[in-house]
Amino acid sequence: MINELLFMNGYGVYVLSAFSFTLLSFTALYLVTKIQFVKEQNKFVAKFGSLNTEKANSAKSQRINKEILANATNN
Amino acid sequence: MFKLFQPNKIFQITSKAPKYILFLFVIVISVGLTEALVLSPEDYKQSDAVRIMYVHVPAAWISLGIFSSITFLSISGFIFKNKNLFLIAKSLAPSGFVFNIIALVTGSIWGKPTWGTWWAWDARITSMLILALFYAMYLISWRIYENEEKVFKISTIITILGIINVPIIKYSVDWWNTLHQPASINILSKSSIHSSMLFPLLIMTAAFALFSLLIFLMKYNTELIKIKNKGLDRL
Repeated sequence: MINELLFMNGYGVYVLSAFSFTLLSFTALYLVTKIQFVKEQNKFVAKFGSLNTEKANSAKSQRINKEILANATNN
Repeated sequence: MFKLFQPNKIFQITSKAPKYILFLFVIVISVGLTEALVLSPEDYKQSDAVRIMYVHVPAAWISLGIFSSITFLSISGFIFKNKNLFLIAKSLAPSGFVFNIIALVTGSIWGKPTWGTWWAWDARITSMLILALFYAMYLISWRIYENEEKVFKISTIITILGIINVPIIKYSVDWWNTLHQPASINILSKSSIHSSMLFPLLIMTAAFALFSLLIFLMKYNTELIKIKNKGLDRL
């Protein structure tokens, strides 16, 4: 059964390499995008941490900044 | 209407959505792979080589759909002077490019057992390669130009030139004698594909669409955080 599935009447090499290439491309794109996201998020948290209280409060007044910080701590 | 697309308002949704979409994608792709590799029948002519269709066709469809969306968003962004539309277009491009490459590579792998060659300078294949070049130029334009106005203008020109190629890709198999087969699925007329093959194809298309949505959201969130990082620098 497994041999049949892998052999696919002699086309297994072609079919499985096409599927493998697709899934590998998906994984690579997901990882690259995730790494870029985490890098920017960490940069934001570091910059936010270096602000003085007044500037931090001003930045926190924007909902989007609060969301970024909340997401960073959840991750 | 554009107020609905304000980054501040939609970040709340876009920042939480990826984990749910990833979960849904894993379920749909698992069902799709089982259908495509195990349950769907082999073709009477192409035998099991036909299974490559389940990755090749959705990838081609989605790369064409994304390029058309990018063009529409870029032109709208230019007309309505809305930066967020450019940001959405920019975030869609990486997945569109990767789907384009997947369509080319899996098409080449499919070509070997069916046509006896990995590559042919056939109208459909060549026009898909040209689309990949337009995707590459679009992505490079965002990398090399620092000036916002300039990058908006140049990326829009690239998409306008590139969109001319999209109907050529679609109708190339009807206009010229090509190695590539004509479309088996038509929205307006009866499709020539059997439901036992159409069903897995649609599931795989749904999975690919979910994946491109996932990458788009992650990329869009990254772009928003980049803007906010610049905002913190100015404080």
